[in-house]
Amino acid sequence: MLTVDIVKELPDITISAKMSLDMGITVLFGSSGAGKSTIINMLAGLIKPTKGSITLNEQVLFDSERGINLPPERRDVGYIFQDGRLFPHMTVRKNLQYGMKDKGADIDEIVSILGIEGLLDRRPNTLSGGEKQRVAIGRAILSSPKILLMDEPMASLDSARKEELISYIDKIPTLFNIPIVYVSHSLDEVNRLADCVATVKDGAVVSLESN
Amino acid sequence: MNLFELTAAEWQAIRLSLLVGVTAVVCTLPFGLFFGWLLARKEFFGKNLLNTLLHLPMVVPPVVTGYLLLLLFGNSGFFGKILSNLGIPIAFTWRGAALASAVVSFPLMVRSIRIAMELVDVGLESAARTLGASRLKVFFTITVPLAFPGIVAGVVMAFARSLGEFGSTITFVSNIPGETRTLPLALYSQLQVPGGEMAAARLAVVSLIIAFGAMFASEYLARKRKI
Repeated sequence: MLTVDIVKELPDITISAKMSLDMGITVLFGSSGAGKSTIINMLAGLIKPTKGSITLNEQVLFDSERGINLPPERRDVGYIFQDGRLFPHMTVRKNLQYGMKDKGADIDEIVSILGIEGLLDRRPNTLSGGEKQRVAIGRAILSSPKILLMDEPMASLDSARKEELISYIDKIPTLFNIPIVYVSHSLDEVNRLADCVATVKDGAVVSLESN
Repeated sequence: MNLFELTAAEWQAIRLSLLVGVTAVVCTLPFGLFFGWLLARKEFFGKNLLNTLLHLPMVVPPVVTGYLLLLLFGNSGFFGKILSNLGIPIAFTWRGAALASAVVSFPLMVRSIRIAMELVDVGLESAARTLGASRLKVFFTITVPLAFPGIVAGVVMAFARSLGEFGSTITFVSNIPGETRTLPLALYSQLQVPGGEMAAARLAVVSLIIAFGAMFASEYLARKRKI
């Protein structure tokens, strides 16, 4: 359960989000520049809200009044970026293990679910866009997050790859019991993935509906 | 005496130069990494001033740097007295030569490290943080490895500058055989005595070989790390 009530005052726009999210996939839906990425960056701890609070399963991640602001590494949040952001100097295997608390733990299950068995000893720069994103998803899940944040993870993929990745993402909440907050401006992705749609307009979450 | 046979005194100067250069670089590297990172990643009040101060030894005449070191670290200088009482005399010792080299070569190291770290994608560092890595872990597992070629280049440039250091060394710790007479000082001394031309030529050749070797090794390391 994620409870959010935050405001970020920027020079040109004020971003605000007030919502409560449960299991499943919540799509933050809105046009580019509406403030969707700013909102999930605040959830991840990469941007500090001006005021408000964020609570994840009873743990306070941010509370301006109580002066709490956990750094990203202590939020148990997994983040899939638009551009993958795999570490170029490490093999796929090292990337996957980077966030693991127990480095000896088994990665085979996740690796086979994501279909990346054959890539483990390769470097990220030899992977296709879709493969990169599957590795990024595996890396985030292996860091045992309580929630996954995805910022338009399919923006740079062609439609065949999108189709493929969607089927993987769709399985995550049930397989790993991790809720997802998914940023998108594509109606198609909303229809395919969303259990819940939070519409963002001019910097504010204006509605929250189950899909 | 020919061009390829080094005398004991010349070997001494070579060993001393290597000792001084390695000491200077090893001691300044942690500071170089810290200030390189600070300048590349942080915005703070007085950043411009700090940047200017760090780069100052690059433009100040080396003799002036040597003179200031003498004032501060000489036997009657503020730091000199303290260190002397601790049993670590600086003035007129090889340590002083290493200090002079370190001060003069530091800007080259910081500059190179700073530029290399600026080129490391901040997004990769954020990604590492979301995977549970502390700032320190991010620094050592992401920033430093990705900036590695630039760090090596900075180290090599600082080392080469140390080997060539002349003005501040001779001003600060004088030209004592076996203690502070490094390669360039030995070469200079040979040119001051009649018949020293061949010895000077030998030392020049050795300097060239060391400089070439350092540059070659750094290129090799940087290439090997290339992704």
